[in-house]
Amino acid sequence: MTGQRGRPVLALHVAVVLLLLGLQFVVSPFQHGMLARIMVLAAFAVGYNVLLGYTGLMSLGHAMFFAAGMYATGLTVFYVGAGPVDGFLIGLGAGVVLSAAMGLIVLRTTGVSFLIVTMMFAQVFYLTTLYFNRITGGDQGLILTGHLHPLRLGALQLPFADPAVKYNVALAVFGLCFLLSLWLTASPAGRVLVAVRENEDRTTMLGFNTFTYKLLALVISGGISGMAGSAYTLLFSYVGSSFASILYSIYPLLWTLVGGSGTTIGPLVGTALMTYVVDITSGVTPGYLIVVGVVLVVIILKFPSGIVGGIRARWLPWLP
Amino acid sequence: MPDGKISRREVLKTAGALVGAGLAGKLAGYLPTASGPGAVAQAAAPSGTPVRIGFEVHRTGIGAVYGKWFEQTTTATVKLINEMGGIAGRPLEIVAEDDGTDPKRGVEVVEKLALQEKVDVIFGTLFSNVVIANAPRAGELKIPYFVVSEGYHVASGKLNRYVFQPGITDVRAQVTAIAPWIIKNLGKKVTMVYPDYAFGYDHRDFFGQAAAKLGGTVQALIPIPPTETSFTKYFSRIPGDTEVVYHVMVGPGVLTFVREMGEYFGSRKVKLFGFIDSLEGVDIASPGLEFLEGSYIWEAFPRYAGNVNTMAERNYRQRVGVDASGASVADPKDVSTYSHMFGCWETLYVIKQAMEKSGYKSPTPGDYKALIETLEKIQRFDEGMEHPQGTKRFVGRLHQSFGRQFISQVQNKKLKVVYMTKIEDGMYPPEADYTTQPL
Amino acid sequence: MSLEGHLVLALLEGLVSSLVVALTALGLSLVFGVMRIVNVAHGEFFMLGAVITWYVSTAAGSFLPALIVAPLAVGALALVINRVVLRPIRYDPAATIVATIGLLYIIQQLVLTIYGPYARPVVPPFYFRVDLPWFGYSGYKLVVAGVAALLLVATWLLVTKTTLGLYMRATQQDRETALAFGVPVDRIYASAFALGAVLAALAGVLVVPEQQAHYLMGLDALLLSFMVVIIGGLGSLPGTVAAAFLIGMTDGVVSVFFSPTLARIIASGLVALVLVWRSGGLFGDAAA
Repeated sequence: MTGQRGRPVLALHVAVVLLLLGLQFVVSPFQHGMLARIMVLAAFAVGYNVLLGYTGLMSLGHAMFFAAGMYATGLTVFYVGAGPVDGFLIGLGAGVVLSAAMGLIVLRTTGVSFLIVTMMFAQVFYLTTLYFNRITGGDQGLILTGHLHPLRLGALQLPFADPAVKYNVALAVFGLCFLLSLWLTASPAGRVLVAVRENEDRTTMLGFNTFTYKLLALVISGGISGMAGSAYTLLFSYVGSSFASILYSIYPLLWTLVGGSGTTIGPLVGTALMTYVVDITSGVTPGYLIVVGVVLVVIILKFPSGIVGGIRARWLPWLP
Repeated sequence: MPDGKISRREVLKTAGALVGAGLAGKLAGYLPTASGPGAVAQAAAPSGTPVRIGFEVHRTGIGAVYGKWFEQTTTATVKLINEMGGIAGRPLEIVAEDDGTDPKRGVEVVEKLALQEKVDVIFGTLFSNVVIANAPRAGELKIPYFVVSEGYHVASGKLNRYVFQPGITDVRAQVTAIAPWIIKNLGKKVTMVYPDYAFGYDHRDFFGQAAAKLGGTVQALIPIPPTETSFTKYFSRIPGDTEVVYHVMVGPGVLTFVREMGEYFGSRKVKLFGFIDSLEGVDIASPGLEFLEGSYIWEAFPRYAGNVNTMAERNYRQRVGVDASGASVADPKDVSTYSHMFGCWETLYVIKQAMEKSGYKSPTPGDYKALIETLEKIQRFDEGMEHPQGTKRFVGRLHQSFGRQFISQVQNKKLKVVYMTKIEDGMYPPEADYTTQPL
Repeated sequence: MSLEGHLVLALLEGLVSSLVVALTALGLSLVFGVMRIVNVAHGEFFMLGAVITWYVSTAAGSFLPALIVAPLAVGALALVINRVVLRPIRYDPAATIVATIGLLYIIQQLVLTIYGPYARPVVPPFYFRVDLPWFGYSGYKLVVAGVAALLLVATWLLVTKTTLGLYMRATQQDRETALAFGVPVDRIYASAFALGAVLAALAGVLVVPEQQAHYLMGLDALLLSFMVVIIGGLGSLPGTVAAAFLIGMTDGVVSVFFSPTLARIIASGLVALVLVWRSGGLFGDAAA
């Protein structure tokens, strides 16, 4: 099943990254900023999709992994003066550690129980950020401007306020997560995950320790989400409890399902589409959420497995 | 945009707004965008390229009540400004965008207004979490951002030199100004009931400091989650010998809060001091609020007519479309957020004054620098048509205005002012200096 | 106030809120159990019940007609939604989530545009204060608790004693077999969805004189119901009620002694651990 489709698939994915790379030179300054944000949030959705689309586990708690990355990076930068690279690695580490710890507890459940358990633990995380508001700033949050050093690449000093730096850091993070997710789908481990998604009992009977594989998926998923959170705080200089709330567990779910869970490109498509639909319609009418809602219903009626899922089913069956 | 011509965007906007409102079937009382074609095209006196102010408003989300009234006030202010010649002779145009009372969307709106709409300055936003998330981005984009937020964050120095709050006073000043009256007139032993998030903590901290200095004690602190719907269980924590219950509540549950307080205390007499924030958008005469009769309420701007007896206040009230009880002239069931929305009116006039004084022409670094430095040097805004709430002392280094506060009593289901503070009563030692920051 | 006073208060509060939550959650449990879908807009049915009550009580001058009008209107809406949105996507769980999120946006925004952003009060049909030795308590709340309990019993009777209920339980247990036995599954799905909406709307009607009708009030109702349904065990009505009590009481009692945020942290953590320990919920099957 690999081999022949390997090359065109890889080429497609690299092309997407190159397209994003090239877009920064042609779009308006506003789109520039929007795309940077979309890429960071799409990375979050990519992470979410590793668990949902490829392992078949629907979580309502991914905000805690995103926020773990955000807070770990934000707090070390703010209080200890960590540099951006160190901060980023700490954020990634926080996402990995939290998801590993969570995994040991929550992976005993599946299906709707898993949904609620993840939601509850995310709620605990959110409330904890509020409870320790003297450190975290609570719902008002913390501003990192003035604490954040520029990114140092060799001799270059790249301040995060610079739009080009924002864009390319976001692109780098997204590209990394995107290609990682592609690698995962093609890898043997990835195929076990798909087997777990399709029929866990059978996979166990085939001799695989499904718990270990699910844990691996959760750690990768949580780690990527943490990376996204960390990148967000570096790029937008803000840490706040809102990003740990249930809304940020619903967003990646929504974006992934709209774009197509179980596809690698789906999360990007979903994130971009939803962001632009909201942005464009809000400038046209104050009742724009009605339009957004209608768009969602229409999309899902036409493409029940998401946009890219639908494309794959109808026209391009080789899409991963 | 050349004057007299209605751009396709405006038509789309209005059509879209009509569709949006028409879908709902009720056009009365809900003004979609303030930049309808009429505002620019018909103004005879102002001419030339419009001054475009980006208005980030909470049209949806938890701040929607405030957003609705902020928008109504802004529309009225713009109309008046244009009738009287605009800003430096140029028509004033508002570009409004909803931020959903959400920090992520708020930053997107700042970017959109600055980079796509290319407005001259941005203003609006009430909720602190949105303001604080927006501030760094406005600073990076180097665009002046005027907030109407009542939060202490601007004056605290945490934000940046592009952020101003000249049209509304901050919570620290409010609490500092009225604490002496509370301790002296109501009692020394106070229990505080406040929302369990940043706005509430500001009340807790600043009142605590002020009370301590005056010999008062805060006997109990009762934080309540903003989404709480049932409050009875919290009242049991109020100590039996407390003299004053100081309450600030936010969110849709406020009416329940007051009513349940009444049920809980029954005939037991305890003095209440509340903040109008608990009752913005809510009719004091609502059934269930009888318990408030005789209690005291802080107001930034008295809701009931006749308390501030000036032509300026009457003009403001009439122009915005508010009746004598503080409700919408179009629908008496729509009660306004009278103690907050005046900030939009006054802020727009401050922007006008600063632009005219500094010779502002266009969104360039040089003009912004002049605008900011000119504004920082202004020391007062006199009471009058432009500042109906009262005279403001503007402290340039804090980017914050200070003004008088009102204490009203609920008498026969109406609010009557019983005390007015002086501006100086609220002035705390400044903790920041934005003027030393580079632009 | 003495400790016993505190506890009585906590228990009373817990009782009242549990019964109301149970009503909303019951609706969700039916939908979840029979149709196996997550209706993200379930909380909006609750909100619509409250908002429609405001309109009815303002227009008619009395609260009581709302008890009929609101649930009927919301039930009708649910039938439309089922036909236009849910049936075409064949009740696919993931697609339903997206579609109902879209519906949530639509409903919320429509209510915001027509009804407005205000939290408006509704006059209760009667008002009296019950004087207990330690504190005063709302008589209306006690009546609401009673009515909710009656409605719960009525629903239980419907599900266990009527043909419709039988069909619902059959469909819930095994859809294919039910089909084979001639159960009109499509119509059962529509009935379950409508009934679920009606129950949520009724909860909204009962609650609104205590809280106010506000366009965002559905979200908390949704989250709480969701939790209760899962903890009680999918498809188990007694489980849903038991879970509602457990959560309501715990929250009430814990928050008497701890700060509210800490209380919620503890409550959420406990809920999660219960689920991990018994993943089918308290009364459900071991495997969810």
